[in-house]
Parts: sequence; structure tokens; C-alpha cells
Amino acid sequence: MFDNLSEKLQRVFKNMRGEGRLSAANMEDALREIRVALLEADVHFRVVKQLLENVKQKAMGEEVLTSLTPTQQVIAIVKDELVKILGSHESKPRFANEPPSVYLIVGLQGSGKTTSTAKLARWLSKNGHRPTMVSVDVYRPAAREQLRILAREVDVPIYTGAENETKPIDLARSARRETVQSGRDVLLVDTAGRLHIDDELMTELKQLKELLNPVEILFVADAMTGQDAVRSADEFHKALGITGCILTKMDGDARGGAALSIRHITGQPLKFVGVGEKTTAFETFYPERAAQRILGMGDVLSFIEKAQEAFDSKEQEKMQQKLLDNEFSLEDFRDQIRSIRKLGPLESLLGMMPDMGIMKELKNVKVDEKEINRIVAIIDSMTRKERVNHMLINGSRRRRIARGSGTSVQDVNQLLKQYTQARKMMKSFSGGMLSGALGKKLGKMKLPVF
Amino acid sequence: MIQTLFGSVEQEPTLLEKLKAGIEKTRTGLVRGIEDAVAGGRRIDADVLEELEYTLLSADIGVATTNEILNLIRDRAERHQLSDSSELRGLIKTHLLEVLQAAERPMPRVAEAPAVVMVVGVNGAGKTTTIGKLAHRYQSEGRSVLLCAADTFRAAAIEQLEVWGQRTRTEVIRQKPGADPSAVIFDSLQAARARKIDYVVIDTAGRLQTKDNLMAELAKMKRTASRVVEGAPHEVLLVLDGTTGQNGLEQARKFTETAGVTGIVLTKLDGTAKGGVVVPIVRELGLPIRYVGVGEQLDDLLPFEPERFIESLFA
Repeated sequence: MFDNLSEKLQRVFKNMRGEGRLSAANMEDALREIRVALLEADVHFRVVKQLLENVKQKAMGEEVLTSLTPTQQVIAIVKDELVKILGSHESKPRFANEPPSVYLIVGLQGSGKTTSTAKLARWLSKNGHRPTMVSVDVYRPAAREQLRILAREVDVPIYTGAENETKPIDLARSARRETVQSGRDVLLVDTAGRLHIDDELMTELKQLKELLNPVEILFVADAMTGQDAVRSADEFHKALGITGCILTKMDGDARGGAALSIRHITGQPLKFVGVGEKTTAFETFYPERAAQRILGMGDVLSFIEKAQEAFDSKEQEKMQQKLLDNEFSLEDFRDQIRSIRKLGPLESLLGMMPDMGIMKELKNVKVDEKEINRIVAIIDSMTRKERVNHMLINGSRRRRIARGSGTSVQDVNQLLKQYTQARKMMKSFSGGMLSGALGKKLGKMKLPVF
Repeated sequence: MIQTLFGSVEQEPTLLEKLKAGIEKTRTGLVRGIEDAVAGGRRIDADVLEELEYTLLSADIGVATTNEILNLIRDRAERHQLSDSSELRGLIKTHLLEVLQAAERPMPRVAEAPAVVMVVGVNGAGKTTTIGKLAHRYQSEGRSVLLCAADTFRAAAIEQLEVWGQRTRTEVIRQKPGADPSAVIFDSLQAARARKIDYVVIDTAGRLQTKDNLMAELAKMKRTASRVVEGAPHEVLLVLDGTTGQNGLEQARKFTETAGVTGIVLTKLDGTAKGGVVVPIVRELGLPIRYVGVGEQLDDLLPFEPERFIESLFA
């Protein structure tokens, strides 16, 4: 992985804590480190240059606050500048005054248009719309078939075209008619991937635009794109006037500096990010988070939000109380695992943690998802009575549970042992430290148990 | 001469023209940049170096390699071994050539068919298209080919491969979507052995290098292949999107670590992206670049030759 920018800056500023001012001299090395970090994150060279100018001007002469380290101060300035380019707030999709709103999805080959189209359709239907889709990619083998399968998965209707419809324009025209007739309000048009220098295919897009009068033309860009992002985004924008961008494959470890370049060159907002292969892995774009990511600061906000989504706060309070009262049953234990599961794969959660200090250690923890699956299977194989009172589980019950969960009696034994140990530990906590003020405080924190 | 897993084949001259045409667009950017930097025998000053830096960085060559080249130039200039900027091109060319040549490696020889080629990479890099072209290439060398649809995950991936199978008149061994990829590999290799097929090309699902479980799956697929055919897969080709930035290095590292990549296919060089990230990749991992993809037609896959590649960049 990349070295972390804040670590590097800490080295640069190590003798400067809480004294003096940021000056041209002591900023020199810091700016060099920032430059390398941004370039390694694939931010375009020219964008980097301008950004550094701004940072320099802002930082110079600023007093180093005693409350902050120079590193924190400089990073805050850089982050603010990044956010300034990325846009200060999230940008919502637009809709036509008179339905249907047509969205044209465009981009280079392999950027993730078809997957994004299906994800966006799902997102729209979850947000109160009635979308429909059409693929006008008549070039890539099985592209239309791919969208058809995805349409079934996200449960959104798709116009698949008549036998004799083999031209993008014809497909688009019929799809729009169909959308109006079926009373749907948004039509997503998945187009073929193309190079921005392919005049013939770019002309085709212009024709589609003319025919459909789309309210959104979304440019789909791969987060891993390098310096060429500026060029392709610019050409698409010049030809079509894009209205926004979807950044894909953000679940990898690419820093996504291309986002900055695209936004800078087109002036159009980033609207969505793709964060996984599942059709649910789709989120609105938050400039603040993207800036943190480019700087290698992790995505703490996303993490917190996801956690809040998954944990019903009342549930949590009840759980904490149970813990304190030593009534934490195997059933509660399973519910806890399930809520954490809702957050997504544990490794992707850990991946959202920032790259610093203790968190860094955490990031390298390998979570054995299979082990967790096994635990859930074992608990699922118990009867409700057994889950509420684990003392019931004798030898013959253990054998049955093992058979039911496809595990061995040893596995069941081990789980029960872990569970009783955990309970004992909690009991000693609740009897001692946790009963006082600290216990109340923890009870209010609504944190998952493990 | 083109190297293949069974030895060398005479190369048709048209390919060279194709290579040139394909890289032409890539070329113009870098060449123009460097020509601007070296125009009129300017003295090597800060401006020249900055232009040069810009040119190298915007080709995605990366900060480390760019700095290395700039330092080399500064060093030479200080020692008065470089009088003016017109000598820069030769110096950079030689340097990049050294890097790329150091990683050249002949393809492994396969004594007994089938030769098994596994194709891996992140999502959307161009694996399936590359496989279609590879099948065509092997066939034009007079070899029989069988395609293995081990991407059982992505919607319509199997259908996509089947279309390429029809185009190249190549049989595709497949199972249902969602099937165990290793099982498809097992079937394919058995079929290839029984039918005395020369080449089996395995299509795998795209995966980001950060997904440990999916990466582990690749290792399992490799083990399965080696159980049916000794030494298989003989080649593991990493398909790298030519527009990829510095993340390409991380891709190459992780795929090499878990899937034992033996060579790189650099795709989408018919656009304006330069694919420069292969330079740090080759430098760090010593992986040879086997082919470049320069279009969507069957014969748009060309053998990579360092001299020609760099020469085309600086011609």
C-alpha cells in the first residue's frame, strides 16, 4: 500500500509542534510530500500544481496552533482545497418536469456502465421512482443479455427490443415509447463503451442525445483511471455536455484521484460511487469522504453511517441492558452477529478505517467469515428454548445441533465454551466497573457487543 | 519472430504496421511532449525538466520512475555529458528500454499439449475480449483451442465468451452461472486432454485485488488445473487496462502474489492513454509484457516488443 501522507508529514514537521509559523522554508518539504501523494493517487499533474499553489498561499504565515500539530493543520488545508474542487455538498440526480426523465449512461469500455445502470435503477426504485431500462449496446457480445439478467436481479422492467431492432437509435426510440405507455417515470439508457476519439461512435451518442433529450448524461469512470481521465472526460463533456459522473470500483484500494481531475476539467458533479459487485453496492457521492480517501484518511464517515443504518438504537439499548443484567442469551448473541453482518463483509468495514495508529493494526486483521458462518449455523440449529437457556444443551442435544449445522460436536462445545466465558466476563464487568458511572455511560453508547 | 508456448512462429508483416498504427495515438502525446521539451536544442534548465516531468507523469509512468529519469538527466547535465536538450530523447529511450528488456523472458515451453493459459485481472480490464483475440491468434498459428468459461459470476459473462467462441469457431466448455469455477476448469482440461487440444484458455471473473477471498479462489483454480494437467497453468496472464493509473502496480503485485502471474497483456492502447504504469510494474516485478490490445477486432492483439514499443514512442 501507499505510505500514508500524514505519517510522512509527521516526519517532516516532527520538530515543529506548537511553535512558530508555517513558512515557505518549513513548508517546502511538506508540499513535496503532498505532491507525491496526490500524484500517486492519480490526480492530474496540472490539477496538483494548481492545488499546491493554493495550499501554499493559504498555509503560509499561518500560526501553528498549539492545539494542533503542523501536520494536522496542513492536512486540513489540503483537504479543504480538495473539497473545494470536488464540490462542497452531495449532488442529487435531476428529474424532468414532465416524465419520463431520460438518463444516458456513457463512458469508456470496461468502466462499469452496465452494472452501474442496474445499480442506479435499483437506487431509484428504492427512492420512490419507477424506473425502466434499455441497453443500446449492440456491439459488445452479450451486453444486452447482461443488463437483462441484472434487471431481473434488481426487479426493474427492461425494454429488450423487437427481433428487428438492431440499431441503438431504434431501440432507444421504442424504449421511450414503452416507458411512457407503461407509466414509468425514469428511463435509463445503457450505451456501448467507446473511446472518446472514436468519431463514429461519439456521433451515435450525439444522435441519442438529440432523440432522447436526456435530463442526465452520466459519465461512468473507473476509480483506477490514471492521468488520461482528464482527456476522456473532457472529450465526452465537449461532445455531449455531461451532467454528472459515476465513479466505479471504489471498493478497491485505488485512491480515486481521477475524481478530482474529472470534476476539475468538466465542472460537473460526481453523483454516485460504485462500491462492490452486488447491485446494492451503490452510494451517493460525498466530496468530504472522497477528499479523505485521496489523502489516505479512510472513510470514517461512511463507516459510522453504515453502522447507524444497521443498528437500531432502541435494540441496542435493550441489548446493553441485557448485558448488564446478565441476561444475554445465545439468541441475542446471534442477533448481534446478524446486525454486524448487515454492514457488509467485515473486511470491507475494516478497510474503511483510516490508516493510522491502532487502526492500522486493525486493518490487517484477517476476519474468517467462514468461522462466523459456522457460529451462526450452530446457533440456528438450536431450538428457541436452547438458545434462551444454554444449560439445557446436553450431550444428545449437542449431537443433534452438530448434525443440523453440519459441524462437529467439538465445534458446538467450543462455541458454548466461548459463550459461557464471554458471559462470565460480562458478569464480572457488570458486577464491578460497569455498575457505576462508567457502566451507565457505556450503556448509552449503543455500541455493538463485539 | 513471435514466441508461443510451443516455440516460435514467423510474424506476418502486417502486424508491425498494426502495432505502429495502434500505438500511433499513444505516441503522439508523449512524442509531442518530448519534442516540445527538446525543441531547438534548448539548454537543459528548470523549464525543460518540468515539461519533461509533465510528459512522463501524464503517461502514468509514476512518480518514482519519473524522478529516477529526471535525476539521471540532472546528473548527466551537471557532469556536462549532456550539452543540450536534443540528447534527452536518446537518454530516456535507452533508460526505458533497459527497464523493459530486463524483464523479457521467453514463454515457458510446453512439452505435451494442452498448454493451459489462465487469464486474470480486475473488472472491466478486457479479459474476455483478450481471450477471443488469443484464441484467434493461436488458431492462426495452426493450433486447436478450447475456451473455458470459468467466469461463472458476472451476469452474461458465459454468453459473452460464447459469442467469441462462435466468432473464432472455438468450443467453449461451460456450466451454469454460479457454478464452481474450479469445476469448469476440471471439465475443460479433461475435455482438452481427451480431444488432444493444443491450447486451453481460461476466462476468470474480474476481481479487485483487495478481495482476499476472491483472490484465494484464483489460487484454488490454479491448483485444480495442475491436478489435471501437470504444470498447468503454464501461463497466467494479467490483463491490465491501459488507462489504469498507479493502482496498476498494486494490481500486479497482488495478482502475482496469489495467482502467480507470468505475463501482462496491456489493453485499450488504441485510445489516448499511454499505459505507462507498466514501466514501474516491469521494473518492480520483472514481469514480461506479452501482448498489447489495440482494438476490438479479432486480430487487434499484438505481441509486445520493447524496442518497437519504445521506438514507436520516440520515433
